[in-house]
Amino acid sequence: MCAAKTLLLPFWLDIPQRSRAIRQAVVLEAHKMGTRWFGERIRRVEDPRLLTGRGSYVDDIHPPNLLHGAVLRSPHARARVVRIDASKARAMPGVAAVYTHADLPPPLGDPLPRLIPHPTLIHHKTQVALAADIVRHVGEPVAFVVAESRYLAEDALEAIEVEYDPLPAVVDLETAAGPDGPLVHEDAGTNVAAHYTQRVGDPEGAFASAPRVFRERIRMDRGTAASMETRGVVAIWDGRMRNLVIYDSTQSPIPIRNGLARLFGLPQNNVRVIAPDVGGGFGPKIMMFYPEEILVPLAAMRLNRPVKWIEDRRENFVATNQEREQIHDVEIAVDGEGRILGVRTVFLHDAGAYIAYGLIVPIVASTTLVGPYRIPNYHCEFKAVFTNKTQVSPYRGAGRPHGVFIMERLMDRVARELGVDRAEVRRRNLIQPDEFPYDTGLIYQDNAPLIYDSGNYPAVLEKTLGMIGYAQWPQQQAEARREGRTLGLGLALYVEGTGIGPYEGCRITVEPTGKVFAATSVGTQGQGHFTVFAQIIADALGVDVRDVTVTTGDTAAFGWGTGTFASRSAVVAGSAVALAGQAVREKALTVASGLLEASTDDLELAGGKIFVRGAPARSVTLGEVATAANPLRGTIPKEWEGPGLEAARYFAPPRGSFAGGCHAAIVEVDRDTGAVRVERYVVVHDCGTVINPMILDGQIQGGVAQGIGGALYERLVYDEDGQLLTQTFMDYLLPTAAEVPRAEIGHVETPSPLNPLGVKGAGEAGVIPAAAVFASALDDALGTRVAEMPLSHSLLLEMLRGAEAPAEDRSVHS
Amino acid sequence: MKPAPFEYLAPRRRLEALEALSEYGVEAKALAGGQSLVPLLAMRLARPAVLVDLNRIRDLAFIRPYNGGLAIGAMTRQRTVEAHRLVVARVPLLAEAVRCIAHPQIRARGTIGGSLAHADPSSELPAAAAALDAHFVLASVRGERVLNSEQFFTGYLTTALEPDELLTEVRLPALLPDAGWAFVEIARRHGDFALAGVAAVLRLDGDGRCTEAQLVFTGVGPGPVRIPQAEQALLGQQVPGPSVAEMARIVQDNLDPPTDIHATADYRRHAAGVLAGRAMLQAANRTRERR
Repeated sequence: MCAAKTLLLPFWLDIPQRSRAIRQAVVLEAHKMGTRWFGERIRRVEDPRLLTGRGSYVDDIHPPNLLHGAVLRSPHARARVVRIDASKARAMPGVAAVYTHADLPPPLGDPLPRLIPHPTLIHHKTQVALAADIVRHVGEPVAFVVAESRYLAEDALEAIEVEYDPLPAVVDLETAAGPDGPLVHEDAGTNVAAHYTQRVGDPEGAFASAPRVFRERIRMDRGTAASMETRGVVAIWDGRMRNLVIYDSTQSPIPIRNGLARLFGLPQNNVRVIAPDVGGGFGPKIMMFYPEEILVPLAAMRLNRPVKWIEDRRENFVATNQEREQIHDVEIAVDGEGRILGVRTVFLHDAGAYIAYGLIVPIVASTTLVGPYRIPNYHCEFKAVFTNKTQVSPYRGAGRPHGVFIMERLMDRVARELGVDRAEVRRRNLIQPDEFPYDTGLIYQDNAPLIYDSGNYPAVLEKTLGMIGYAQWPQQQAEARREGRTLGLGLALYVEGTGIGPYEGCRITVEPTGKVFAATSVGTQGQGHFTVFAQIIADALGVDVRDVTVTTGDTAAFGWGTGTFASRSAVVAGSAVALAGQAVREKALTVASGLLEASTDDLELAGGKIFVRGAPARSVTLGEVATAANPLRGTIPKEWEGPGLEAARYFAPPRGSFAGGCHAAIVEVDRDTGAVRVERYVVVHDCGTVINPMILDGQIQGGVAQGIGGALYERLVYDEDGQLLTQTFMDYLLPTAAEVPRAEIGHVETPSPLNPLGVKGAGEAGVIPAAAVFASALDDALGTRVAEMPLSHSLLLEMLRGAEAPAEDRSVHS
Repeated sequence: MKPAPFEYLAPRRRLEALEALSEYGVEAKALAGGQSLVPLLAMRLARPAVLVDLNRIRDLAFIRPYNGGLAIGAMTRQRTVEAHRLVVARVPLLAEAVRCIAHPQIRARGTIGGSLAHADPSSELPAAAAALDAHFVLASVRGERVLNSEQFFTGYLTTALEPDELLTEVRLPALLPDAGWAFVEIARRHGDFALAGVAAVLRLDGDGRCTEAQLVFTGVGPGPVRIPQAEQALLGQQVPGPSVAEMARIVQDNLDPPTDIHATADYRRHAAGVLAGRAMLQAANRTRERR
């Protein structure tokens, strides 16, 4: 059988690929014998389609008679819109329509919906789909052109006359938070949208009596997710049936469907939102609504023709939400052995011009900060501040990298000041395995208590130290130094909040062919959902993983759910998939027990068949059971709970589950040029039970790449007028294969008690501690005190010259 | 990011291209590999009325012996140049500089002439051409003229090319037997434009004393930057020797590089000096290896 399979392998596979493929064929055979799919290194079933260009992204949707949209965007960071004259553009050949704010019917001309309110979010400002009278950041939409082609639409943009009255912009975060900054929203009377404080224990008392206190000021600058696929929307309106179909490159098709139905006054059933293949989400595509998600359907309905808008890369830089900019003042109180007595952080969070998504990023930053450490007394306080820059909402990590960067900088500082080894200081403060569930005393982003469900942080730390060769490090570093090479080792631990509610769902149907179809509520942006969900179902129903087809991101296939964000799909949707699989299994056994005249206790399910234990000849296929479960005459018994071999289930976790891990890296620095090369990157990760180690490794490797970008390359640079100077990939530097090493990945598995699979999320693990790791490594290499991210050759050299100068005592704060 | 409307001409013969440039003058823009011009068009930063696509003109792509050195057609792909036997043998500095340009995919489209005519101040080829004493053949319906690099590069993104002229060929003398070379640069990422870079050619006599030095920098000025004082400082000196450190200092003292979002002027000045020193050592070593 295996030999026959090798003959069918595609000719383009090289020899190592072939041997892997043969191994996989063996694994597949083993599964037929009843081994579990769950936990196996199964290749992604979606990859052949995606890797051979047969994916279907929004721009691949070509309905007949299609029109193309383009957005006129503000060139000013802050200005009054005095007058718009679109008459010339409207008269141009091929132009179907030009919309400005005056053309938007209520409620589409009102500020867009507010997401995720918070009691302290006093000024929950959201933008208008097309600016009414004021523009508040470069790139804010002012007019929308619809034409026969994108070329003609862009020609027409140039013919729209807009008279702006430029106003002073506030770009600098501290100026915006201060008393003299120009106001982004004049009616608010302040740029401070929210001021929120959480406290645990008695921080004042702890600091007053602490033997040692160390302070730091830490800055992180702005970055962007830079998804390979930019945003895009296609809207198709059927005026007779009053049906609206939207293809949207979004992470949250169901909430978009619900919101659009309300905004356009349609029943939810008449709106179908499809998030087809999505080429990267990373958070910014969870935002709703972006103006184009309103403008494109509006135009399609007005013009009664399909309309497409695809965000171009320059638009993506100014019109897709950004993240990261925060300034932290932080201090730590420790005893003489480096045990933490208290931590205080007061920080500014740059919200950008609006704050539709609420306070998620700063809340996650301040609650992730405590990490795997026992911190008896904690004070965190932030102001979310408006500036005349693009709006901020979560991007992979969503505040977690900030929190980890700050805490790990403090741990390195304590180690240095007290002369204690860096790993030992951390070891002394770790929460121990017998302390779970561990209540941090904080409230998390889901408004639930921040209670760590499970973990084994000491095991994670020791495994990392072993993998990176920590014991031999001083010797290795000294040897390199003798050769004239400057090496540094960095270390950082983190806890990652994942798998928050409210709920997700799944419906599984077995058809009379025996093939299994599952529809889930979460959309997919490349995470491997088609494979991991199929693995869970294949185990539940005793079928081959290739006989399971998963549909995601189509509201017509499944209509209840929230979306893909916060590393929650495997946890929340995955658990719903498991529950639905269990329900279908039970129903299959119930129906089969009638067909086989045997008790369900005596039945087994494997290889697509149900058979009597010990008498495998007495069997029915799942397909036969599916047919029997949907009879044309007679009746169906009450215990079937309805017709068909089908079940839908939901899973709602009580609160998030908390993954954790430790990263370590060795870097080499060229002291003369500031060039940094990553020599090794080690990740030890605990996300509970692992569904598919190959997919998990991929998630981590991708995150590490983004983490390296955020630490060494990616910075959005605004000038003092609020102009974004980095609007192309020539100036906004993403790390490439040449800059990113292959991460060496180790696993520790501490199952979560909060869900039936024992899983925790893994989507952000790779990116979270990367900045902290590099800061730690560079300090180790150069004797610097890195307190900002991202770095560059130029900044590093400046820092290095500062460190080399026999200047003033740099530890004056202690 | 769609270009403004333009008329598109794709001549198959060199003369047709020159006639088009003559007819449309400043309204026309020649398209070579498109690695700079196409993004500029897409962003509507360049808006030519007529685009003259040179990619179908076969006799603009060649590498052939010329006066002991080489003549390279303007439309020769960078990827062809870097691996070409004659280039590696006669002008190895050029092959080394080309390998610093971006990535193989980009070099497979990018051309020698396109890069030189675009004259980006941070690009590799202008500095390499200047260090190699390249000569540029400019053609128009009015005839041909040949310029050296000081005449050809006139400033930031500008050259001596008249609106009706086309850069058709670059002529490069062969590396002399007693000469060594180096091209070193520092960039944010592998393949990026240089924060600072230097093309160096060094001739040493039998005692290891410098008889001639060419040092041309990129990324630190409006175009390729030559620092005659630094070259002078090496003449008659032992290389390697104290003169290299001295030369690096002179380089740093004589540069006035720009600050931008990728690096400060200070950084570029410092890096240029460091790289000049490294280039000198490498060039000197190569001189010895060639003996």
